[in-house]
Amino acid sequence: MPSAWPLTCLSKRTPGSGPGASVSGKERAQRQAVSSDQIEQLHRRFKQLSGDQPTIRKENFNNVPDLELNPIRSKIVRAFFDNRNLRKGPSGLADEINFEDFLTIMSYFQPIDIAMDPEQVELCRKEKLRFLFHMYDSDSDGRITLEEYRNVVEELLSGNPHIEKESARSIADGAMMEAASVCVGHMADLPRCCGGPVRPVAVIPWGGPELPCAPLPLTA
Amino acid sequence: MAGRGAPGWGLLWALALALGGLPRARGIEEEPGGAHGSEGFQVVTFKWHHVQDPYIIALWILVASLAKIVFHLSHRVTSVVPESALLIVLGLVLGGIVWAADHLASFSLTPTVFFFYLLPPIVLDAGYFMPNRLFFGNLGTILLYAVVGTVWNAATTGLSLYGVFLSGLMGDLRTGLLDFLLFGSLIAAVDPVAVLAVFEEVHVNEVLFIIVFGESLLNDAVTVVLYNVFESFVTLGGDNVTGVDCVKGVVSFFVVSLGGTLVGVAFAFLLSLVTRFTKHVRIIEPGFVFVISYLSYLTSEMLSLSAILAITFCGICCQKYVKANISEQSATTVRYTMKMLASGAETIIFMFLGISAVDPLIWTWNTAFVLLTLVFISVYRAIGVVLQTWVLNRYRMVPLEIIDQVVMSYGGLRGAVAYALVVLLDERKVREKNLFVSTTVIVVFFTVIFQGLTIKPLVQWLKVKRSEQREPKLNEKLHGRAFDHILSAIEDISGQIGHNYLRDKWSNFDRKFLSKVLMRKSAQKSRDRILNVFHELNLKDAISYVAEGERRGSLAFIRSPSTDNMVNVDFNTPRPSVVEASVSYLLRENVSAVCLDMQSLQQRRRSIRDTEDMVTHHTLQQYLYKPRQEYKHLYSRHELTPEEDEKQDKEIFHRTMRKRLESFKSAKLGINQNKKAAKLYKRERAQKRRNSSIPNGKLPTESPASTFTIKENDMEFSDPEEAPDNGVEDMSGGIEFLAGVTQDSATGPTAGIDNPVFSPDEDPGIFAQVPPWLSPEETVAPSQRARVQLPRSPGTFRRLAPFRLSTKSVDSFLLADGAAPESTHM
Repeated sequence: MPSAWPLTCLSKRTPGSGPGASVSGKERAQRQAVSSDQIEQLHRRFKQLSGDQPTIRKENFNNVPDLELNPIRSKIVRAFFDNRNLRKGPSGLADEINFEDFLTIMSYFQPIDIAMDPEQVELCRKEKLRFLFHMYDSDSDGRITLEEYRNVVEELLSGNPHIEKESARSIADGAMMEAASVCVGHMADLPRCCGGPVRPVAVIPWGGPELPCAPLPLTA
Repeated sequence: MAGRGAPGWGLLWALALALGGLPRARGIEEEPGGAHGSEGFQVVTFKWHHVQDPYIIALWILVASLAKIVFHLSHRVTSVVPESALLIVLGLVLGGIVWAADHLASFSLTPTVFFFYLLPPIVLDAGYFMPNRLFFGNLGTILLYAVVGTVWNAATTGLSLYGVFLSGLMGDLRTGLLDFLLFGSLIAAVDPVAVLAVFEEVHVNEVLFIIVFGESLLNDAVTVVLYNVFESFVTLGGDNVTGVDCVKGVVSFFVVSLGGTLVGVAFAFLLSLVTRFTKHVRIIEPGFVFVISYLSYLTSEMLSLSAILAITFCGICCQKYVKANISEQSATTVRYTMKMLASGAETIIFMFLGISAVDPLIWTWNTAFVLLTLVFISVYRAIGVVLQTWVLNRYRMVPLEIIDQVVMSYGGLRGAVAYALVVLLDERKVREKNLFVSTTVIVVFFTVIFQGLTIKPLVQWLKVKRSEQREPKLNEKLHGRAFDHILSAIEDISGQIGHNYLRDKWSNFDRKFLSKVLMRKSAQKSRDRILNVFHELNLKDAISYVAEGERRGSLAFIRSPSTDNMVNVDFNTPRPSVVEASVSYLLRENVSAVCLDMQSLQQRRRSIRDTEDMVTHHTLQQYLYKPRQEYKHLYSRHELTPEEDEKQDKEIFHRTMRKRLESFKSAKLGINQNKKAAKLYKRERAQKRRNSSIPNGKLPTESPASTFTIKENDMEFSDPEEAPDNGVEDMSGGIEFLAGVTQDSATGPTAGIDNPVFSPDEDPGIFAQVPPWLSPEETVAPSQRARVQLPRSPGTFRRLAPFRLSTKSVDSFLLADGAAPESTHM
């Protein structure tokens, strides 16, 4: 696991100035975490969520009314307490998170600055990917099993009352198979991730670099 | 082109001559007709004048369409020269011929025809197939370019031309400031038809395309307002324009644009509502789409609102509900009709632009004016784009790069809208109309031909990111959905109102209210993008499977037991009792729509022939989702096909799932022989990939953080109904049934299907034991049957159930062939 603190891979960006804003080379060089304005804003929100407590518990997220309709709500909330995302351990869930942890999670959603050097971009993307992967991999064993994937798909489709569970399952199965076939197709390129041709494991294909790495929005 | 196109060109010449000759012929032919008219009843009369107008129109359309065929005879030409440019040149040539023959420019693009008949289909097509998400995601950018950009272009071009005019460079023109501004406003707008025609062939990335194209659509409101305002100012005369009039102009902009949009949305609502109730009039269903959207265009034209905006938004808003409501056939009809109309209209527009230019009456040359117009529109467009992008990039998440800006500036093509507007000018008010017309024609030709010709090399040279044309993967759809939810959740949590927040709220609103009103009950159920992708992928696999089978000879691809094909031990003639048992089992299991024909077949089973028939039938029903051959020609105007599809689709869907579960299951159980076959399969793959670095299937262990793997071993089948009972429950389809037959006769304890990709690999020993003569593909297939099997290349090894079928056949095949040698090893 790379030791890089996720915030460090975020380039300085003042709120309101998009990634295209002219950032001088000097500024670009000295990478800075989320800007202080953003931190302040997030801190206000954090206090609002926690009810002026130093930490947030899972229940606090129930107070966000808009979140209620989100079908994968539980997965998302869980991600906030996932030790892997918080960089506190290889598995398990934290009971409560403080503001720093909150910031750590939020920092996963910073846009990638295309002006950064490729290594940094790569690192950032990996971080984002890992975050998503952790969301799917609920038992923290480093693998997304079919059952886990089915779970996610079922939750995803639970917003539509007309889709039966069986349909959701079979979609998950189909996606898994597709993953397998895509993975086999790219096996030469992804030997580590797929484990070579003889090991029948599958990777979730990201459909090229664009999909997962699309800059997640500036959320603060 | 000269070589290959020559016959085509000859044909066109002939046609053109015929067209030129026809009007003259009329005069000659009519006389005898009139003279003999009084001699009583005529068996045959020649009434050219009777059909003249529609005849000529039809002929022109035919000529344009034939020209398209000719252009596409040579791929090399069309890949370099955009079709629109070719059509303009063709129009020039044809116009020249007609003029040479007749000295009469009788054909020209009139504004009425253009605005009422040619433009609406193109814009409707654009709206109806608009990628909504992309469009609304970039709406801010598009609006800025469309409104500010167009005003900027109009103002700067008009003012600069006026400035140059004052300097006296243009000589003596009878114009004033307002005339120049009027000209500027009509030449400023980027033309949707031209942009679409050129950009469709260039394939720049979607964002760039949607920005340029969206701008060209939405700037219509600005153009209409500017044009109307300045025209009325010109009519009033420069001295009489007051400040109030200017304010009125600004107000009218909002009225025109918002009003047009509202009209469009209202008609979209109406259209969606109407299509909800067309279940019993399927055959006229597609008509509603066209008629109601056309009405939205006419309505807003009537109210002097922006008609283009109206029909665009009508298409954009209705597409979701209409596509869900109308039947699949109707959707296809709508799609093709719309594309046909749009493409036809586009063809005619460009050809007639060329023809219209061949008219000496309109030509007034003023070198300075023409050249300066060209320079100004290009330069100011570039400046405008750079300025606006600079502002936009402060807010855009993905900034527009310099390359994008270059393409956007260069892609500002002017087209038929400008031409139609300039022709509409009143010569009594705008005394230099002819100069304006000829300049507009030059500008249009320059942008469409020169820029259209060079934009492709430019895009290649600048290495502009191209669009990827490929089908969405099921996983991509799923993850995309998950991303949407995650992002909107994060925006919720961080308390920020952004794109995702709005989209989320909108989709909730849509699901809760709009869809309930506007969508059919049945459509609401199946209306899910992910389900759709899944369905489409299934469909595609089924089609490719069938196509492959057909290619290899009729129905031989169905692994049916037949008497004349007894090469394989496994495919012994099934004993009648077995058949009976299976059939009755089948009937007991499946008393649904799919089985109806089975029941009818029941009476005449017994014989093997019939069994085969039945299996064939069943397979066809299962795997040929929409077999073309099964469409009967019904000579009824109101019925097209029986409506059994939905039930069938659902059945197929569930069957597919079951099959998939089955394959997972058998992979889990992993019965020996099948596994061996699978192993064989894998080994072939392994060899193909030359990936011998991992010899016995052991994976280099990864750290938990870096493994993005999904392990098959962890699969659990806890659901009792999917109990690993060798798939007995799941033997519902004809193919499983067949598999049962095979199993019984082969006396082997076989699992139904094995999915080689997912089969576990616990025992590398077996892998080593596979006889060497079995491994290469060629030697695996010594039997007759083997030759009709489907290819086992990774490309065809795809995800879904129909394919499962083929895998199975391959596997049982390998079983058949491998049985004897392997038994010696055991």
